[in-house]
Amino acid sequence: MKRPNLCHQNISRRTFVTGAAAGAALAGISGGAGARERQSVLNGEAVHTLRGNRFDLNIGYTPVNFTGRDRTAVTVNGGLPGPILRWKEGETVTLNVANHLAHDSSIHWHGIILPSDMDGVPGLSFAGIQPGGSYRYQFELNQSGTYWYHSHSDFQEQQGLYGAIVIDPAEPDPVAYDRDYVVLLSDWSDESPHDIYANLKAEGHFYNRRRRTAGDLWDEIRAKGVAQTWRDRKMWNEMRMSDRDISDVTGYTYTFLMNGQTPDANWTALFQRGEKVRLRFINASAMSIFDLRIPGLKMTVVASDGQNIEPVSVDEFRIGVAETYDVIVEPDGDSAYTLFAQTIDRSGFARGTLTPDPALQAAVPAMDYAPVLTHRDMGMGHGAHGDGGSHKMDGMDSAGSTDGRKDHSRHAGHNMEPMGGMDETDHSQHSGMTDSALHNRASEQYSLHGGRPGLGGMQGVWFTDALGRAGHGSNSSIVHLPSEFGYGVDMRSSMPGDGLHDPGIGLRDHANRYGRRVLTYADIRNLTPTRDQREPSRELQLHLTGNMERYMWSMDGIKFDDAQPLMLKFGERIRITLVNDTMMTHPIHLHGMWSELETGDGDFIPRKHTVIVQPGSKISYLVTADAYGRWAYHCHLLYHMPGMFREVRVV
Amino acid sequence: MKALIHWQMVLLGTALQAQAAVAQQATVSGHHHHGQAGTAATYAPPASPNLRHAADAPDHVMDHQVLFSKVTIDQLERRQHNSGALEGSAWFGGDRDRVWLKTEVEQEEGETEKAELQALYSRAISPYWNLQAGVRHDFERESDSRNWGIIALNGLAPYFFEVDSSLFVGENGDSALRVEAEYELLLTQRWILTPEMEVNFYGQNHRNSTTGSGLSDLEAGLRLRYEFTPKFAPYLGVHYEKKFGNAADFAREEGDSPSETTWVIGLRTWF
Repeated sequence: MKRPNLCHQNISRRTFVTGAAAGAALAGISGGAGARERQSVLNGEAVHTLRGNRFDLNIGYTPVNFTGRDRTAVTVNGGLPGPILRWKEGETVTLNVANHLAHDSSIHWHGIILPSDMDGVPGLSFAGIQPGGSYRYQFELNQSGTYWYHSHSDFQEQQGLYGAIVIDPAEPDPVAYDRDYVVLLSDWSDESPHDIYANLKAEGHFYNRRRRTAGDLWDEIRAKGVAQTWRDRKMWNEMRMSDRDISDVTGYTYTFLMNGQTPDANWTALFQRGEKVRLRFINASAMSIFDLRIPGLKMTVVASDGQNIEPVSVDEFRIGVAETYDVIVEPDGDSAYTLFAQTIDRSGFARGTLTPDPALQAAVPAMDYAPVLTHRDMGMGHGAHGDGGSHKMDGMDSAGSTDGRKDHSRHAGHNMEPMGGMDETDHSQHSGMTDSALHNRASEQYSLHGGRPGLGGMQGVWFTDALGRAGHGSNSSIVHLPSEFGYGVDMRSSMPGDGLHDPGIGLRDHANRYGRRVLTYADIRNLTPTRDQREPSRELQLHLTGNMERYMWSMDGIKFDDAQPLMLKFGERIRITLVNDTMMTHPIHLHGMWSELETGDGDFIPRKHTVIVQPGSKISYLVTADAYGRWAYHCHLLYHMPGMFREVRVV
Repeated sequence: MKALIHWQMVLLGTALQAQAAVAQQATVSGHHHHGQAGTAATYAPPASPNLRHAADAPDHVMDHQVLFSKVTIDQLERRQHNSGALEGSAWFGGDRDRVWLKTEVEQEEGETEKAELQALYSRAISPYWNLQAGVRHDFERESDSRNWGIIALNGLAPYFFEVDSSLFVGENGDSALRVEAEYELLLTQRWILTPEMEVNFYGQNHRNSTTGSGLSDLEAGLRLRYEFTPKFAPYLGVHYEKKFGNAADFAREEGDSPSETTWVIGLRTWF
């Protein structure tokens, strides 16, 4: 067996636990109606597929061993991942889910548009499934494509409770292929998720094994000289932040899995000469964002989050937690290929093999260089602007600043003082406006209840005037609410970057450096015309916020516990603009409704259920509030979720 | 109170939902679907919603109000000349409000020279700083013990200096100020060099504890640890102590040197 190239700097042995060759020992509990089939012909424990429209799913404990140590996973029907559920558009599916755990459980059908009480979020959709209890999910399938399911209770998703959903279209599939494989990526830790969370709360950088060292400093001084090095380090030092904070939880504790197989176990799929292979990539990780490529193969991306898009040919794409991408590949009939999914921080990878011959496998490439954050990722603009600590950042000066909850009674026009950072706005975008004119315009333009006080939505910043055209994104001012100035927020983007054309941290130079074409959101165009072509009637600007040192996450500086629901009026079309005031990449998931990403083409707006928001950047999407009820809206990074979470209530 | 507000919101939400439902039922029922196909021209906002919803679901999306704790032993060490020291802290609580314990114990020639315990309430007041208030008890070597009230500010200063500064007000109008600062220099991911310094000022002389008014004493240390895990790191280092002014005189009267440099070996751990 070929070993991965480990010639990387600063790599501890533990960083690369790629899994004991034994792989997972999964005791299959029989359950579920419908035919079962093996997904791949190799590697023993293949993922089962269940077909039909009635399913019995059993949530229980399963012994596993990924690293040489025996552990207990939480699984569906004894599989990690759980069975692939293969449905048909137009049918009504019934799923009887029984909970055999000692704790409450649940299953959320990620990306499926369904009634609120079928969504599977304890506390919002239903009461959860008690130990020994069961819940009968039943809903009609009005969509097709690749989706997935997972627990929405506690940290069970980290413990293995997830699986793929494939819905075959009612109409002929616009995508032609000969073979079809689900490629589900996930992260496994031998530590309990509660220990991981406690470690992060105690030391936010606990799992970061790539912190800056004296050696790095020496290299930097040799390369750039003392003066420039001092200037570069000054900003980070004054902000008490690390440009190496790419992932909270890393390969230091994680073993990365592809369809439940460790890199050493090497999940393998077969093809024959001349075949078109459809690969349905699902990122079912708790915390890991992957950059995916298949060295030697072009990938044609044909669907994103289950929705058909105009095919785009790329060499590499980033897949955020909870996103799905379907690609078509046409491999040469004589070679094997490695499916290579390296994490965003390059602390590890998942891999598998696509091969015409079970005896054949391809080299596993070395991981790319590990990215470091730049000014741009702090939302401080490009180039020289914002150089050398001229930015506004929190220090002790924000001590005693207003507590967010006290500010709900504030009205538009009274919020001059909190708009810190706006004086740094790129004036070229607002030619001729003075700072005060800018402030006035901004304060007149937004309110805290979106012009609909009757809805009681006193959360976030709502704009109703001079909104950008549907599909073309926001042109509203960036407003930092008073609630963003508390102890739980360590950074605010004054000039958030463009989250659309940016392939993301660590991928930006891959075209120049490696000649790889990397997918960006701007490349995605829906295959069919935008259904709801109304202009948004109002715009919500919501800031993703956090404090790395305290390991706190929130929206607008208010964590979920202290937040009121975001109120939407049934049938209305709104724009949500997310501003990332953190250094982390956050995949944001809205339940129950589509997030229609504004990529600059209003006629073919792609629909997503999970949208990556780049550090220090903003991005906009449209939402048609066509589903009554209480819906979850949150960052899909599991340990960010307790704080970075909102209830969206459609009334 | 919070629960009450929540239920009011739930009731309000239910009422609004019912109202909206009635309004919607009056409109023409249309059919919308979410499939791949669909033409833009014919789209109308949905008018026939599914009214099943769970407004009465309990309010626990996840376990949010989890309390955490951390016990840190910064120094547990042997020093030269049969002496040793323990310095540590523990906290318990949520993101903003916590209870802290801090302790310092020093042994010299086999007997406890100095021991103190602080109990504090801590509140996060800005992204990097906590304001703390509480009491300190000194277990004195041979005389009566002393109690102090404390106001402290601790957190992370720019350039990653961990700072703990405490103002003490004792019985009989005694006062003291202590400032501690520590820095972590990563030589590698596991070899970490930690310079640190503690300075004590007192408002009065106190012969028993060999503290003098004004700048009384200074401790500086340089410790090199190896992190087998972030939670378990033995170290080697050097520790320097110097007494000034009256404190130095008190030390000399007892036959001790006012300044001393010792080698140390110890363990840093947290859990």
